[in-house]
Amino acid sequence: MRSSSVGSKPSRRSFLKTTAASGAALVVGFYLPEMAFAEGQEAPRVNPFNAWVRIDSDGKVTLTAAKSEMGQGVLTSLAMILADELEVDWKMVHIQQAETKPEIYPDLGTGGSGSVAGSYLPLRQAGAAAREMLVLTAAKTWRVDPVTCRATDGAVFHNPRGHRLAYAELVEKASKLPVPDLETVKLKNPDNFRYIGKSIPRVDSPSKVDGTAQFGLDVRVPGMLYAVVARCPVFEGKAKHFDATKAKALPGVRAVVEIPAVVDGSHSAGGIAVVADNTWAAIRGRQALEIEWDNGPHAGESSESLSAQLQSLTAKPAKLVRETGNVEAALSHEGPAKIEAAYELPFLAHATMEPMNCTADVRADHAEVWAPTQGPVWIRDLVAQVSGLPKESVAVHTTLMGGAFGRRYQTDFAVEAAQMSKALGKPVHVVWTREDDMQHDFYRPAFHHRLAAVLDGQKVTAWRHRMSSTPIAPYWRPNGKPEESEVGGAVYLPYLVPNFRLEYAPAASGVPRAWWRSVENSSNGFVVESFVDELAAAAKTDPLEFRLRLIGAPRKVGDLKDEDNPPLDTARFKALLELVAGKSGWGKPLSPGRARGIAAFYSFNTYAAQVAEVSVASGGKLRVHRVTCAVDCGRAVDPDGVKAQMESAIVYALSAALMGEITIANGSVQQSNFNDYQVLRMNDMPEIEVFIMPSTVAPTGIGEPGVPPLAPAVTNAIFAATGKRIRRLPIRAEDLA
Amino acid sequence: MASISFQVNGQPRTVDAEPEMPLLWVLRDVLQLTGTKFGCGMALCGACTVHINGDAVRSCVTQISTVAGKSVTTIEGLSASGGDAVQQAWIAEQVPQCGYCQSGQIMAAVALLARTPKPTDSDIDRGMSGNICRCGTYQRIRRAIHRAAGQLEADTNPVAGVSTGGKQ
Repeated sequence: MRSSSVGSKPSRRSFLKTTAASGAALVVGFYLPEMAFAEGQEAPRVNPFNAWVRIDSDGKVTLTAAKSEMGQGVLTSLAMILADELEVDWKMVHIQQAETKPEIYPDLGTGGSGSVAGSYLPLRQAGAAAREMLVLTAAKTWRVDPVTCRATDGAVFHNPRGHRLAYAELVEKASKLPVPDLETVKLKNPDNFRYIGKSIPRVDSPSKVDGTAQFGLDVRVPGMLYAVVARCPVFEGKAKHFDATKAKALPGVRAVVEIPAVVDGSHSAGGIAVVADNTWAAIRGRQALEIEWDNGPHAGESSESLSAQLQSLTAKPAKLVRETGNVEAALSHEGPAKIEAAYELPFLAHATMEPMNCTADVRADHAEVWAPTQGPVWIRDLVAQVSGLPKESVAVHTTLMGGAFGRRYQTDFAVEAAQMSKALGKPVHVVWTREDDMQHDFYRPAFHHRLAAVLDGQKVTAWRHRMSSTPIAPYWRPNGKPEESEVGGAVYLPYLVPNFRLEYAPAASGVPRAWWRSVENSSNGFVVESFVDELAAAAKTDPLEFRLRLIGAPRKVGDLKDEDNPPLDTARFKALLELVAGKSGWGKPLSPGRARGIAAFYSFNTYAAQVAEVSVASGGKLRVHRVTCAVDCGRAVDPDGVKAQMESAIVYALSAALMGEITIANGSVQQSNFNDYQVLRMNDMPEIEVFIMPSTVAPTGIGEPGVPPLAPAVTNAIFAATGKRIRRLPIRAEDLA
Repeated sequence: MASISFQVNGQPRTVDAEPEMPLLWVLRDVLQLTGTKFGCGMALCGACTVHINGDAVRSCVTQISTVAGKSVTTIEGLSASGGDAVQQAWIAEQVPQCGYCQSGQIMAAVALLARTPKPTDSDIDRGMSGNICRCGTYQRIRRAIHRAAGQLEADTNPVAGVSTGGKQ
């Protein structure tokens, strides 16, 4: 997965076709673009469609799509888009999770902040096509020109003669018409949008306040057993011997089975599984296991050894990622001020509220899996592999998710459930305790960065960035380019720098890692926006003013040939900084002891800018009082949903900035629960205000872009308050005192 | 194993369980009431909050033997026992995102409002800081509690009018 990877390639459009209608239902099949994966990684497509709009003869509208609801409100946004273009009440739209089966090959997942951005146009096209078929049918029935008819509220009208036919009455005949070309079908004028741009109540709220919402952990299948797994605390270690006698003697314990690690494509740890009549009995059984571990090759790894390795890698030239001009020549030039700084960021856990879990029922000839997953196709493929079944015999049901943040792209929990179910011949529900979840996560990589710049008055004439991290791509694919998921957001800057050079060096580590909300942007946003702030301070200039000047004239910045990653538009970046500055009262007096910091970042094709207001009491007690956020995400389909995602990203990023750190000792994670991996709570919650830049361009990502600017906005505010520059995260009291 | 009787959402229930089995797992795995969530198992996150005789407790560290003869209310039985105003306020303020922690948040908020019918922001900080939300809905939770307080006041004293539930 690439981090900033939404939007469809033009070649995909040729797949857009429509299905024949079936029975008394009007069905339009269409194609939602997948996450863009590295070249050659995409699975072959066996069906041109992965989503359907179906209108039944009772007028009910069903959208079938493989989009997972993990809190981001995607089900609500998709219903809004379809209802608007189809001209039906949004309450008439029912969203059905597509089954993960080859004959309806659905999307490869939900992530990369791409669901609304990628679905917006195809969904409108499908809705418009169905509407056009219904209007044509009505016009034919009345023998009038279709342009004299209009559709609204689930019916077609011909005002001159007072005709009205409900969609329900038109469905059967309309279903026999050819489906219009989705590429050329006439879309609604956005001025007439009824739902898009206005917020509706989330469709999933009622079930989430009365306990009826069913998450993965709530799946109950007849005959199901509950399981927990003892995994080697050291990554890639395994059991040498184990004795289950005491565990098996406990009431409720049914079986103890060893399950092997599955490294390729899953990094499932394997271990000793205790299967019982309930979760508690399984947990007690696990406590009674006696296991001798073979700690494997990574038992010597520690945060200290890794930190030393990362720092040594950035201390010397590394692989060139991009260069313009001649940085070394500019840096060696006598005269202007040379500014240097180094930044360090830790591993981070996802810590979703709902720990990992999965339910699997593996039979001789087929398997069913209930998984809270962002990537149901990967689950299907891995379950097929460990069950020895063909892929088409595995059905994956995607449940609601209690948070995901990238963690639920992995397959380890499903592999375990399938291995146990196959071994026992019964449905098995594997539960990860919080400790399991914290200590066997796939962490946001640890990073070290060294930057050097030349400041000539108010101009930055050179910028050299040497970066090292525990890279994601080669951990998952031996031939994955190490920098693939590490350098995003640092390759092109919105600022004018004539001599620029970015280098990257991968560190060796056994610590599992993968995508964490906003991926590398969470690190690179901190570094770029901290260093710019350092340069502003060195130039003795207001950080906002310095940035605005350094952005320069409007232009597009980025790889102009990259279809999936549109270039950054410096005019939008600048306008957003000005918006957030105005809304936050930038430059206006504050109560004593408080100060503001600013940061802005472009990720997932969205611009986000934040101003944090902080105070630092004596002894280093930091308080973040307020965060003002501005976002330019193109047209905001659901403005309240956009605000909620920004609030969410700010809190997630603030937890990480203030407290988030996974440390390693003897090859194992030292944190275990919310006592030693703390997260933000109500009493430390800042006031958050979100402002959306009005826009008519197509929607862009919203789940992740709120994360990157938060940490630098806070640390830049700390600098403004105290003169102390925070260069390592999380922010430590000792660095503030 | 012991046979333990108690009330759940107004219904008498008897379970055969190990005396030290936490109430959380009795509710979820034995009684199939899955609205109460597992988050940490150590009373650190509040996802498992239920009411026992009207008090908010963490069911993940409450041994079932201590519940004998008592009355337990879970999210499933909340609206029947007067939690409706809070649930409606949660919808009005569009609080839930993933929603996983919200059963516990709502149970904690109902208990807070029972003790403190017009909570200040610092009352809310004290009453709600034991409940973690990783989606970061705290600001909306605060607004929803103020809204519910206004609604409950209006219900008991219709002349007073309904608060808009804004931040105070």
